[in-house]
Amino acid sequence: MKSQILRGKVWKFGDDINTDIISPGEYMDASYEEIGKHAMERAFPGFADTIEPGDIIVAGKNFGPGSSRETAQIALLYAGVGGVIAKDFARIFFRNCINVGFPVVTFDGTDELNQGDEIVVDLLSGRIENITTGKVYFGSRLPQHVLSIVEDGGLKNHLKKTLKKG
Amino acid sequence: MSNMTFAQKALARAAGKDYVEIGEIVNANVDVAMMDDILGPRIEIAEGLKELGVGVWDKSKVVVVSDHYTPPCEIKQAEAVKFTKDWSQEHGVDYHEYEGPCHQVLAEACYNQPGTLVVGTDSHTCMSGAFGAFGTGIGSTEMLGVAATGQIWLKVPESFRIEWRNTLGKGVFAKDMALFDCRTIGHSGATYKALEYCGEAVSELSMDERMAISNMSVEMGAKAGYIPPDEKTLEYLRAHGSSRPYVPLYPDGDAVYERSYVHDAAALAPQVACPHHVDNVHDVTQVAGAPLTQVYIGSCTGGRLSDLRAAAHVLKGRKAAKGLRFLVSPASREVYRAAMAEGLLDILTDAGAVIVAPSCGLCLGAHTGILAGGESCISTSNRNFIGRMGSKDASVYLGSAATVAASAIEGRIADPRAYF
Repeated sequence: MKSQILRGKVWKFGDDINTDIISPGEYMDASYEEIGKHAMERAFPGFADTIEPGDIIVAGKNFGPGSSRETAQIALLYAGVGGVIAKDFARIFFRNCINVGFPVVTFDGTDELNQGDEIVVDLLSGRIENITTGKVYFGSRLPQHVLSIVEDGGLKNHLKKTLKKG
Repeated sequence: MSNMTFAQKALARAAGKDYVEIGEIVNANVDVAMMDDILGPRIEIAEGLKELGVGVWDKSKVVVVSDHYTPPCEIKQAEAVKFTKDWSQEHGVDYHEYEGPCHQVLAEACYNQPGTLVVGTDSHTCMSGAFGAFGTGIGSTEMLGVAATGQIWLKVPESFRIEWRNTLGKGVFAKDMALFDCRTIGHSGATYKALEYCGEAVSELSMDERMAISNMSVEMGAKAGYIPPDEKTLEYLRAHGSSRPYVPLYPDGDAVYERSYVHDAAALAPQVACPHHVDNVHDVTQVAGAPLTQVYIGSCTGGRLSDLRAAAHVLKGRKAAKGLRFLVSPASREVYRAAMAEGLLDILTDAGAVIVAPSCGLCLGAHTGILAGGESCISTSNRNFIGRMGSKDASVYLGSAATVAASAIEGRIADPRAYF
């Protein structure tokens, strides 16, 4: 992730989207590209082929329960998903997103965002602008030090950068 | 500032702040980083540090314990232990092996200081909460970050307050309280939350027993499980030669809790978790009579001196049922020696027990007594998931050491209260 701004089309999903839906277990040992091709297919067959790079998943409650494996994040990254906005996230999934550099925003009002809406999300301020409807909302904001992990592409790259500086 | 739960206070302190909000993400300074032989140096961390070109951030704050694969039963386990040992020596950090489960070793070596932040590559690191520390389990990549920088980002969790009023009845123990907590909250009911245990029954518990309660916090999904430090806590630390400074932390009277539970310890019956879920918990009277092929007293949850004393109390002058396999693994070398000095190991072996090495082996089905298909075991450990102690066709029940000892006599699950 190179910028703090996400821009894309909304793809709506419901509550409790678990890690088996995000990335089916049978592709666990496949290449990252292959894992990406099958992202979200249990809920939306052909998802990865349908979306445009940078599009944004908007979901309900408890996004990402299940496995602690980081393949769920890999799947979304390689499918070209720009980020996920959900009412809340499963704990390990949320931590893994930050640590692999995948943007996530917690926003209680995801019902206000519709399938196909064009939105712009500022990760630093948590500002969500719905270009299609003209409405503006605020989701939770990641603190700068956590956001910088996401910006650097995950914890390991972040450490490489910061330790060099220090 | 007031209005803070223990979790808020501990994470505020670790982040160098006066106040933190619930839900806030803080960058926290770690006081103790513990690694084990499964998810420790050999996964990600050793390679990662090399790639980053750095060593551990502070040798005095890193402790490594080989406990899951000790004593190894196959070459792969032996290689893991060897790697862990070599790495620890190369990096000049405190290293323990073959001494018992890491959380017990941590307690005895005084790494659990009130008010501090302890992270470990094992889910039961929440046991440090028994000393009033904020202890939590983390993954290997996150430990790489901690090892390199001494820092970790943490979200300040909401807290549940669990109050235990009155006094436990005879034959009922901390483990029963912990299982009852799992029964009321459920196996994921406290996910991402911090638990605070309090009340008369909790204060009355020995440090040994408090550790059983904090230990089981993660079985409800919790991030931490705090018990307010008191004179018993300080005495334990003094007796074990604690020399590091610490400041105990207590929640404010007007702290905000997401949920509060009040239980009556006096009304609690011995509890048993039935296959295959930690929250499938029933009063012992409801499951008494279930047939067993093995009983086990041990682990970081149920192998401490107080557990061995309770078991010896039940078994003194009695014998385990014929044909039953009865295994005891003291939770550490210290526990082993103390139990030997008190004559507890004589009582247990007279009753038919075999004493095996202090280790995690049985609890997670890695070695030293794993179960075959169709076998069933009641254990003082912490998890009874399918296949946890060996075959996926085996059954595992969880109970207190007294319940396990009473069950040993009868060869079936039994109510220990008859022996107290």
